[in-house]
Amino acid sequence: MNIAAEIRDVAPETLTEVRPTATEAGPAPKRVVVGYGFWIFLLSDIVMFAALFAAYAVLVRATAGGPAGPQLFNQVSVAIETACLLASSYTCGLMSLAVNSRRRGAFYLAAVITFVLGAAFLAFEIREFADMIARGATPQSSAFLSAFFTLVGCHGLHVTGGLVWLLVMMAQVAVKGLRPVVERRLLCFSLFWHALDIVWVALFTVVYLMGVRP
Amino acid sequence: MSETQHDAALYKAPVIAQEGPSSWLVYTTGLVLALILTATSFWVANTAVLWEPGIPLGLAVLAIAQMGVHLVFFLHITTGPDNTNNVLALAFGVLIVFLVVAGSLWIMADLNGSMMPLQPMNLRMQH
Amino acid sequence: MNLLGKLDWSAIPFDQPIIMGASAFMGLLIVSVLGWITLKRAWPYLWNEWLTSVDHKRIGVMYIILGLVMLLRGFSDAIMMRAQQAVAAGAAAGYLPPEHFDQIFSAHGTIMIFFVAMPLVIGLMNYLLPLQLGVRDVAFPTLNSVSFWLTASGVLLTNVSLVVGEFSKAGWVAYPPLSELQFSPGVGVDYYLWSLQISGIGTLLTGINFVTTILKMRAPGMSLMRMPVFCWTALASNLLIVATFPVLTATFAMLLLDRYLGFHFFSVDAGGNPMMYVNLFWVWGHPEVYILVLPAFGIYSEVSATFSGKPLFGYRSMVAATMAICVLSLLVWLHHFFTMGASANVNGFFGVMTMVIAVPTGVKIFNWLFTMYGGRVRFTVPVLWTIGFMVTFVLGGLTGVLMAVPPVDWQVHNSLFLIAHFHHVIIPGVVFAVFAGVTYWFPKAFGFTLDERWGRRAFWCWFIGFHVAFMPLYVLGLLGMTRRMQHYDNLAWQPWLLVAAAGAAIILAGVLCQAVQLIVSIRTREQRRDLTGDPWNGRTLEWSTASPPPAWNFAVLPQVAGKDAFWQRKLRAEPPAQKPEYRPIDLPKNSPVGFVTAFFAVVSGFSLIWHIWWLAGVGVLGAFVATLFFAFRDKDEIEIPTEQLVRFDRAHPAGVAL
Repeated sequence: MNIAAEIRDVAPETLTEVRPTATEAGPAPKRVVVGYGFWIFLLSDIVMFAALFAAYAVLVRATAGGPAGPQLFNQVSVAIETACLLASSYTCGLMSLAVNSRRRGAFYLAAVITFVLGAAFLAFEIREFADMIARGATPQSSAFLSAFFTLVGCHGLHVTGGLVWLLVMMAQVAVKGLRPVVERRLLCFSLFWHALDIVWVALFTVVYLMGVRP
Repeated sequence: MSETQHDAALYKAPVIAQEGPSSWLVYTTGLVLALILTATSFWVANTAVLWEPGIPLGLAVLAIAQMGVHLVFFLHITTGPDNTNNVLALAFGVLIVFLVVAGSLWIMADLNGSMMPLQPMNLRMQH
Repeated sequence: MNLLGKLDWSAIPFDQPIIMGASAFMGLLIVSVLGWITLKRAWPYLWNEWLTSVDHKRIGVMYIILGLVMLLRGFSDAIMMRAQQAVAAGAAAGYLPPEHFDQIFSAHGTIMIFFVAMPLVIGLMNYLLPLQLGVRDVAFPTLNSVSFWLTASGVLLTNVSLVVGEFSKAGWVAYPPLSELQFSPGVGVDYYLWSLQISGIGTLLTGINFVTTILKMRAPGMSLMRMPVFCWTALASNLLIVATFPVLTATFAMLLLDRYLGFHFFSVDAGGNPMMYVNLFWVWGHPEVYILVLPAFGIYSEVSATFSGKPLFGYRSMVAATMAICVLSLLVWLHHFFTMGASANVNGFFGVMTMVIAVPTGVKIFNWLFTMYGGRVRFTVPVLWTIGFMVTFVLGGLTGVLMAVPPVDWQVHNSLFLIAHFHHVIIPGVVFAVFAGVTYWFPKAFGFTLDERWGRRAFWCWFIGFHVAFMPLYVLGLLGMTRRMQHYDNLAWQPWLLVAAAGAAIILAGVLCQAVQLIVSIRTREQRRDLTGDPWNGRTLEWSTASPPPAWNFAVLPQVAGKDAFWQRKLRAEPPAQKPEYRPIDLPKNSPVGFVTAFFAVVSGFSLIWHIWWLAGVGVLGAFVATLFFAFRDKDEIEIPTEQLVRFDRAHPAGVAL
């Protein structure tokens, strides 16, 4: 499909008639550009997690005579955290639907529920960390624990950042309404939030579930 | 670079299609599938239902399935022509993750294998 | 609680005259520049037009200025090392005590890789990508500004270490256990780590920005296979940035956790594994050199095609070779530590992959040769740099293939043979390319060409000086001299080191020629004005704009129907079929958010280095608040009215090619 066999000015209407391929159509609309850019960022973030995962996998047996996974991990707590995060991913999806159909009330409701579920996840995780530290399983006691706290903690930090971002986005919607730039930022937020749940799947599988048995 | 009608040469792409008439259904299906897979993971890990040496593999498969559910149902990554760049980027990301994790594990295990065996005698000799 | 953490007056090395002299010189330089700007009352202009600019052309120029200034700093480190090694033989101790020498070689490598090569290459990509792709700016212009200022923050922190505290003594790679707190209790490694973490974020954001730009923002009709090869190499390079900089971030974070919170990732006790640092560092480290050299190859492609008057030979194979190098560069990293105890299987695999990666590079060399063969080659300064590269780089690459053989590497690893090899590839590969690119595109950016005579003198000094400085190092490596030696007892080495020092002096002459070139060019710029926008009879779209291009690059985005889009137009020599349809253009508004967040990043970094915890918190909060201000701003675009577009095109008729 040739856009222009010769060099000449092409009136805009002919462009839309001709339906060129995606790569020949000129710069993509801003929403597509922003979404793609954020997708690339997410992939880079996942690579960072991969490096931390690699460190964890290498050091998982380096317990320096101290406690290992089976002695420390509480499956019930992890199950609750998983449920909270998965549910928050779902409510985030509902939030996106509300944005698309311009239902502000539904947006705020879904956003608040997402926030609460995310905060619950964090609360359980912080309690888990505090328990471990109280029992002497500190990140300073062994390489395994350093790797564990860093990997899981990094995810927790991302969740925290996400919650702050969600608050800011709620403020943005309140102040600016659902104008295009806010919509694009909300798109980025939901991509981020879903990606965090994907990372959590890897996390709870590799760290907690595979760490159940010695 | 703006979305307004100012720039004559900007191709007017069609409005980003709404995610199908039953997008609520898409998300809910995703949730249900993810819940089932997650529950299965916990079940496999904490019981003897799967042959013991096969548990890590089973968990890995379930995890990949869960990630797939997220990608398709929540992140709307499909194989449509407009999505090619997204899929390629994802494939690239997966490649990097594989290289970093598998490569590091291979190398570090190999290096470990070349370390001197730790015997109590050696520890005493370090002073 | 001590309000200033570990910081007190003893941080300033009053007892070290060389450092105090260097600091005074640096301070004088900075004060002079700031004073000159103040005298000229140029602060409003500088702030509004440059420091808060989100225009890729301005940001590109700032990157290049940053890189060139830091080249002088890194080169000074090199001169100091050459001088020390030339004299410190046998009974002579030289003039640099070991603790200082160690900081110098660490700073030299860190600065050259992170604060010279990266900014120069990124600056050129910044300037050129939108112009070559036929669009108005990169995908995320404000993020672009943030990236630049975060890089500048890293530069600032590293330079502050000269005056306040010390720099790392653990080499530019900072291997544990030496870089752990136990063996490097000072602030040096912290300066290294925080500078690079901060600038690393900037680089990662650049990678995301450019990948998105290349894949999602091209002129109508410009499919991927119609892009200039430079854009392909930029794509490969930025994919590598996105793929590997996060690994460096994670690795440095782990080392920081070890140092600050007593974690045990890389410690020698409690199960830590120092080799894992080495492994993860080089997962980033090897692709990094390809991040640098791929766009350099792109520059050579553009230069050789233009000045041969022929299309680049083998476009498809160039693209294939580029993407092959991109993937292969992720499969060779262990060759940086063949000697660290891996088995023959592992060493063998990575050895073979290292040799394989030479193949697509060879394809490129042949393509450049065939581009020039049969063409009417104009031996301009950029072409001199290109030919100098081809001749030099091939030999340097060969020594790399030699060391790819693990048993050979066991003999020469960490000797001067290795030092010679990597300078033998990176200087002709990246530095010559930057010089060629800057010379080639200078008229586009500034409206006048550089003086050819001084350019030629600079080239010959660099080319000859490089060989005189580095060829002796191969001999020294084979004679058994290891790297990073502050003093040695084998007097047989000294003659070679004297020759190498002479080589450094010749290169210094080259740098001086370049400085003179700049001054002379500016003084006599009216004689070399570029009035057409196309001083070299170029082939790609950037030459279809005025020199310098307007903020909006193209009043109407060009329609592209093939490769070498601009060349096709010139061949057809058609006047525009109708008057171009001007419409008002919305450009992103300038923003101080990049500068301000970087300022707070410096505050945070410095505070973390000196353990001033409350100030670090202030820094993080400040950066966050600055981002909030940006997020809530009302107007994010300015409109360029049609009349302005018409006026500009009328004033630059030759620059309007549609």
